[in-house]
Amino acid sequence: MVTTQDRTVMAWRDQIETRVKIAGNGPPLAFLHGAYGLQWDPFLDTLARSHTVYAPEHPGTTPGSPDSIKPLDNLWDLVLYYYELLDALGLDKPALVGHSFGGMVAAEVAATSPERVGKLVLIDPIGLWRDDHPVRNWMAIPLAELPKHLFADPEGPLAKMLSAATANVESEAAVDMQIQLMWSLACTAKFVWPIPDRGLHKRLHRITAPTLIVWGKQDGIAPAVYAQEFGDRIKGSRVELIDGAGHLPHLEQMAQVTKVIGEFLGS
Amino acid sequence: MKISMFHLMPHRDLPADFEKRYHSIWVDPPFWELADPEQCGQYYNWTLDELIYAAKAGLDGICVNEHHQNAYGFMPGPNLMGSVLARATAGMDVAIVQMGATLPTTQPPIRVAEEYAMLDCISGGRIVAGMPLGSPMDANYCYGIPPIEQRDRYYEAHDLILKAWQARQPFAWNGKYTQLPMVNLWPRPVQQPHPPVWVPGSGSLSTWDFAAKHDHCYCFLSYFGSKLAKNVMDGFWEFVATTNRDANPYRAGFLQLLVVSETDARAEEEYYPHIRYFYDKCLHVAQEFAAPPGHQDYRSLVNTVKKQLRAARDLRDQLPNWKYKDFIENGLVIGGSPATVRDRLVEAIKNLRVGNLMLLLHIGSMPHELTLKNIDLFAREVYPQVRDIWDDEWENRWWPQKLRGKRALAAQPAVAAGGS
Repeated sequence: MVTTQDRTVMAWRDQIETRVKIAGNGPPLAFLHGAYGLQWDPFLDTLARSHTVYAPEHPGTTPGSPDSIKPLDNLWDLVLYYYELLDALGLDKPALVGHSFGGMVAAEVAATSPERVGKLVLIDPIGLWRDDHPVRNWMAIPLAELPKHLFADPEGPLAKMLSAATANVESEAAVDMQIQLMWSLACTAKFVWPIPDRGLHKRLHRITAPTLIVWGKQDGIAPAVYAQEFGDRIKGSRVELIDGAGHLPHLEQMAQVTKVIGEFLGS
Repeated sequence: MKISMFHLMPHRDLPADFEKRYHSIWVDPPFWELADPEQCGQYYNWTLDELIYAAKAGLDGICVNEHHQNAYGFMPGPNLMGSVLARATAGMDVAIVQMGATLPTTQPPIRVAEEYAMLDCISGGRIVAGMPLGSPMDANYCYGIPPIEQRDRYYEAHDLILKAWQARQPFAWNGKYTQLPMVNLWPRPVQQPHPPVWVPGSGSLSTWDFAAKHDHCYCFLSYFGSKLAKNVMDGFWEFVATTNRDANPYRAGFLQLLVVSETDARAEEEYYPHIRYFYDKCLHVAQEFAAPPGHQDYRSLVNTVKKQLRAARDLRDQLPNWKYKDFIENGLVIGGSPATVRDRLVEAIKNLRVGNLMLLLHIGSMPHELTLKNIDLFAREVYPQVRDIWDDEWENRWWPQKLRGKRALAAQPAVAAGGS
């Protein structure tokens, strides 16, 4: 695992404290995590081989600053906060990679301020809604059932690891992790509850950055039919469906996803 | 002492294997499999008749509340029920306790101010204005409020309602969640400056703080009885002592399940199936609906996960194996002969130091006739012996002014309410 360094950024008139995990070398890449919070994982390790990766924690999820979620009332506030954060980090046209909830935020940033984003990678983003394929309400999934819905293979090693972590009520570290996970769900849901559609479909056409859309074919949260919905709305974008992957294709089929992303970012 | 009858208006005929066959009694139980509208009409009318019967039997107040999409207690519009009750009890010294319309889910919230004012006018100044935060099932799942915003919306709605009742001039409201160009409420409540406000809670510090700050009555609504509530209420009174508020027992309310019969043995025989039904079926709420992340602020979340969750799980796991005597011995239900019930009730009232008591006298599947019997026995055999507690020392400032004196005791057994 690469060594990460933490940087703390104060934004929004010093009301929001954000910890940013930074690692690697090369052109800048910002990674926006999903509703379950930021974990520095092997996928980010791989990105850090070719890029300097900046992974900020969603407001409120930085340990010690749960109230940092309070000053942001709606999605517009959140998007503006991200402008401030990218500026504070001094990132010039970074590649923006977002997963799930973070994918929606990355798309919003790229649609509302196209000049800020060099390249855009969306991994199973939320933000669109079809009545015939509703996005599953991930907040309503009991922790014990998460593996079943998050992975293509609910018996795979990742699913087993997650099951063990969420079932453990004895170890202090496991309980702290569960609290962190729940609070992260709470802080992200503020911007999408009860339906994760805040009108992104009206804005996606404004994106000018070259865009790659990666989707787990067996995604049990946001069905893969949404990949084409995003693809059709973002001019010149490319869609890659990943077989044998659910909502976390970058972890469940990491080799394949990092290869696709690497080629896209490198070209 | 002020004692009111609380009614949830539950489904009374759920299938015996309900809790095994269905995921949750709240949010997603399928209506057409489990109920039909004619039957619901019967339940609503029984509920109204039972509450009116309690009013005629001499109890101090009658309570209804608001819940959605469930078979546990389905009065989505508590003020619809309240308005029937206000009219049907015209001329009686009984309070209409609305526990009540849920603030964060009523938009704009002045709707609550208007409807409570209407009820106060219709009843001639007899309402208590309950101001619930709303359960996560109702507010987050059924009515779509983001969990993390719920409390903040509640505070704003509360401030708006209080101001709308009291302002002498029209005013503009520029809130985060509600903007109104000219608030000028019609009608205004009879009770001035406003009806007494009760705040239901489940033991969280932020609700204590809120109730004390505004000098409202705090009501601990629990189904787990006075013994398990002792810790919470001790904490509440310790907290009150740290504020500048007095230790007036009427500052606190409590909900208690209670069943009376001629003898202890008869009480078990008549009521146990309905107690079982209530704890097995009516409280069968899926955990993910009951605790969506964000419903509690961060500090409460940490506290719950680290301290309370395991205790709650332990109790939940034990309940299915409990017998009648366990519910009685652990105080979840006060039940038995009039003498037994009296002793236990006095003990509970003094133990918790509560002046505003709400009794669940209809429980789960209890049929109409048995409910009337329970009300009648309580009113005649128990109530007269407990109604004087606290009154030598304290005034109930959280009760409609015109009803603060003692109600005349019903001289005769209450006349059975007309069937509907």
